[in-house]
Formats: sequence, C-alpha cells, structure tokens
Amino acid sequence: MANALAQHKPIDEALPRKTRIRFGRLLIYGPLCAMAALYLMPLWVMVVTSLKPLDEIYSGSFIGLPQTITLDAWRAAWSEACIGTECTGLKPYFANSLLMVIPAVVLSTGIGAINGYILTKWRFPGANLVFGLLLFGCFLPYQAILIPMARTLGLLGLAGSIPGLVFVHVAYGICFTTLFFRNFFVSLPDELTKAAMVDGAGFFRIFWSVILPTSIPIIVVSCIWQFTQIWNDFLFGVSFTSGGNSPMTVALNNIVNVTTGRKQYNVDMAAAMIAAIPTLLVYIVAGRYFVRGLTAGAVKG
Amino acid sequence: MNAAKSFSSRLAGWLPRIVVAPSLLVVIVTVYLFILWTGVISFTSSRFVPVYDFAGLEQYVRLWATPRWHTAVANLFIFSALFLFLSTGIGLLMAILLDQNIRAEGFLRAVYLYPMALSFIVTGTAWKWIMNPGLGIQKVINELGWTSFTFDWITDPNMAIYTVVIAGVWQSSGFAMAIFLAGLRGIDNSVIKAAQIEGAGLPLIYRQIIIPMLRPAMLSVIVLLSYIAIKSFDLVLALTNAGPGSATELPSTFMFSATFRRNQMGVGAASAVMMLMTVAAIIVPYLYSELRERNNG
Repeated sequence: MANALAQHKPIDEALPRKTRIRFGRLLIYGPLCAMAALYLMPLWVMVVTSLKPLDEIYSGSFIGLPQTITLDAWRAAWSEACIGTECTGLKPYFANSLLMVIPAVVLSTGIGAINGYILTKWRFPGANLVFGLLLFGCFLPYQAILIPMARTLGLLGLAGSIPGLVFVHVAYGICFTTLFFRNFFVSLPDELTKAAMVDGAGFFRIFWSVILPTSIPIIVVSCIWQFTQIWNDFLFGVSFTSGGNSPMTVALNNIVNVTTGRKQYNVDMAAAMIAAIPTLLVYIVAGRYFVRGLTAGAVKG
Repeated sequence: MNAAKSFSSRLAGWLPRIVVAPSLLVVIVTVYLFILWTGVISFTSSRFVPVYDFAGLEQYVRLWATPRWHTAVANLFIFSALFLFLSTGIGLLMAILLDQNIRAEGFLRAVYLYPMALSFIVTGTAWKWIMNPGLGIQKVINELGWTSFTFDWITDPNMAIYTVVIAGVWQSSGFAMAIFLAGLRGIDNSVIKAAQIEGAGLPLIYRQIIIPMLRPAMLSVIVLLSYIAIKSFDLVLALTNAGPGSATELPSTFMFSATFRRNQMGVGAASAVMMLMTVAAIIVPYLYSELRERNNG
C-alpha cells in the first residue's frame, strides 16, 4: 500500500518537488525518531543507573552517563540483596523461575499442539464448542479463580511449590497454545492427513511424521509466547508462593519495596535488568515470532 | 474376530476425543468450575477461610459500601479511558507513519514493541525511578534552570493514577501499533489508487478511506487493550503499590488485598465476580462475532 502512495505522488504542486518530499519526509521521520527515543529512554535509564555507584546517583542526574562504571550493583542484585529476611540476591529466584518456566512451556506447547491437531484434522461433533470453551480461558481475569486455585493447590499438596505454579501455568496456558496451533493447522490442507491415512498411518503417526514437521514456526511462536507470559507472571507467583519458592518477579518486587536505609536505586535497576534480560534476549533473537503471538488474539488483525 | 476389529476401529474413532479430554477436563475445572466456586464464596460469609453458609448479598452490599472499592472503580474508568485513548491514538499514528516506505522500519518497529516483552514489574520499577520527584525527571529539569518545575504526580494522591497511565501507555501502545500496521498492510492498493486518480490528497485518503477500513483492527485493539486495562495488577503494585494511601487502587489490586491481606475473602470474591462480569460483557460478544464471521467466511 505504501508503494502505491509513493508512486502516485501528485506532481503539480506549488513547491519544487524535491523540497516538498524532503519536508514531508522530515514530518514522518521526526515524530518516529522522537517516539523511538522516548521508548528507549527507560531502558537507557535502567542500564546507566545500574552501572553507577550510589553516591553518583544521589548527586548526579538519573539520565546522564556514569562517571565511574561499576558492576557492584549487579553483583549485589545477583547475590547479596535482601529479599525479606534472606540476603541471597536474585540468584535462587532466577533458578526458581527457570525451574517453573521450562516444564510449563514444554508441557503447554505439547498439549496445545495435539489439541490443535485434533480440533482441525479429527473434528468431532462439539469440537467448536470445545474450542469456544478453551478460547474464553484466554480472556479470563485471573482474579476470578485465585481463591479456588489456592484451595485446590492446598488440597493437592502443591501449595507454595514450584510444581504447583507449573500446573497453574499449564492449565491456563493450554487455552493460548491451543488457539495458536488450531489457527495454524486450519490452513494446512486436509489432503495431507487424508493421504497419510490412505497409506495406513494412524492418529499419532500422522501427528509425528506429517503434522509436526510442518509446524516448526508455530511451535516457536507458542514457546516464545508462553516463555514471556510465564516468566513475566506476577499474580500467580505472589498469590501461590511465598519466601524461597517465589519466582523472579516476586523477588524483584520485594527488593524494590525495601524501605529501610538509603534506597539503593542502582541495585533496584540492576535487579530489574536481570529480570528483563531473558525475555529481552528472546525478543531480540526472535522478535518476528513474538509479534505473531501477540497479534494472534486479534483474529482478524 | 469381527467384534475385536470393530472394537479397535471404534477405539480409533474415539481416540481424538480421548486425547483431548484431559485438557478439556482441566479447563472446565480450572476455568468454569472455579468461576462458579468463586461465585458461591461471594454469597457466603467467608473471611479468612471459605465457609459454606448462605449470606445472601451481604458481601456485595459490603463491597459497594467500601470507599476503597469506589476509588478502585473510579480509577478503573479513568485509567481505562485514558489508557485506551492514548494507546490507540499513538499506536495508530505510529502505524500510519511507519507505513510510508520508511527506512529502518524493522528497527523502529522493534523499538516500539520491546516494552511488551518486559514484565509489568520491570516497567513499574523503571518508571517509579524515573518519576521519583527527588531524583528523577523533576530534578533534571530543575537543574537545567527551570527551578519551579514540579513533577511529583507519583506522590500526589490526586495525580498518581496518571503515572500508571503513562507507564501503561508506554508498555502497550506498541501493541496497538503492531495490530494497526498489520491492518494497513492488508488494505487493497487499488482502492487508494482509484482515490488518487480522483484527485484526493493523502490526509483526505487517510481520513475518509483508510482509517474507516481499519475498523476490524480498531475493534481488536480496543477489546484487547480493555482486557489488559481491567486485569492490570502488577503494574500498579510495582509502580505505586496502590498508593499513596489507596489513591491508585484498581479492582484487581482491591480483590487481591481484600482476599490475601485483609481477611475479607467474601468481599474479595464479590469483587472478582464484578471484574469477571465486566470482562465477559466485553469479550463474549467479541469472541462470538469473531468465531461466527470466521465460520461464515
């Protein structure tokens, strides 16, 4: 569309064509660059603040370059900062988040893949209803299930534990992953599965050898979406865990809300960066797939 | 042998349903049954732990008699309205500008969208520091010479909710941009060419033709952003901790603190039911129309 507009610039204008275009371009690039600067500012502030010694933070400006660069704040955030009464830094909580996020991503993506396969290639009466029931789960305000889930995790003996969090994230993640895979498989031609069936392949065989090899892109989308959602989750973490079993986000919030003593903003920012780095890395490496996950909710986009 | 064969082929026919059943069961229990359970608790006198007596509408009466809840509802309106308006406006503007054959489009798009990859806790932590009146924006501008400049919204009970709007818009307007850009890319060139041959200028084409054609994208953006606004919880907690006082309380933070901090489980459940009904009123018609159109098309 942009091409069409560019090719059809009116030629009979008062100003010389070249000046006009340059001026027009300025009107486009100006706001775009200003917005980009505004969007990058918080990240910049986090990085420079985390590299400054505390005295410089209290005497200098929050946005300026550090005069002396030190990694002390990063070290403190990683292994010394106090979360509650335990002064272990974020290290153990980082491990908690990894222990939670890896099984939850693998399980929810695997289950979503097979659900999507069934809902498109093995349709049964009521399949649409099943899909509709799952779909509403994507838009559930989780406050509506917090109390029953807390009780249920207690009954299952999973209260306050990482396996409990994995269960919660898989249960609600299935809704999203099923949506991703269903929408992807809908566009695969049915002839693919029919031909395999004629050759005598069964339900699981077709899934493994015919469907899965074509679905690498959507597997990536699903893994990235689930990774970002689960890593960034705070509500489930703060509601269902306490103390040493908390994920990263809860520990970060605890560090930041320490009210005793002189506020160590550089440690806060280093801690925030440590919490942000995994998802930022994924975004930088595979941003394209991340955007596909984001826009999947807008079916007609 | 015949019977065995028909059994195995019947099993094969049921296999897909058997495989999908556990997921369905989990979702029916953890979504629908749990909603029902929360609903039941909202009609009991539960405080610290659930008790299953029948207290009628007592908890709803208490909820609506709580000033804190009124603050939360009022804040939700202010926050959602501004958050939706600004995110949609900025997102649309950026999408239109990005759609003008821009150099480095990929880079700019990546910059606008990276906040969506961050946790709201990280966003809140960063903006809390930036908007801190003692050391943040206010101090820098004061030192540049404008000594009377004040930006202390985050500690001002009347203004604190707007700091949540700022951080929320920063995080989510890139998302609106992405959906609008996808919508713009889907518009047929020939319509625009025809309008240009008729002699219409660019601003007119955008106002009269392109933006009206983005209506489906607009609907998606508004619905999805409303959903983000209603469930906003982590951002408020990290940025203002619902304060100063209860100045930035939202229904989501109210529900959490009533249930887990103030031993008012019944009131918490009632507020959760109110939230759920608000979300359902927006989402259910949306999903219904999306699914129906897709089946027809």
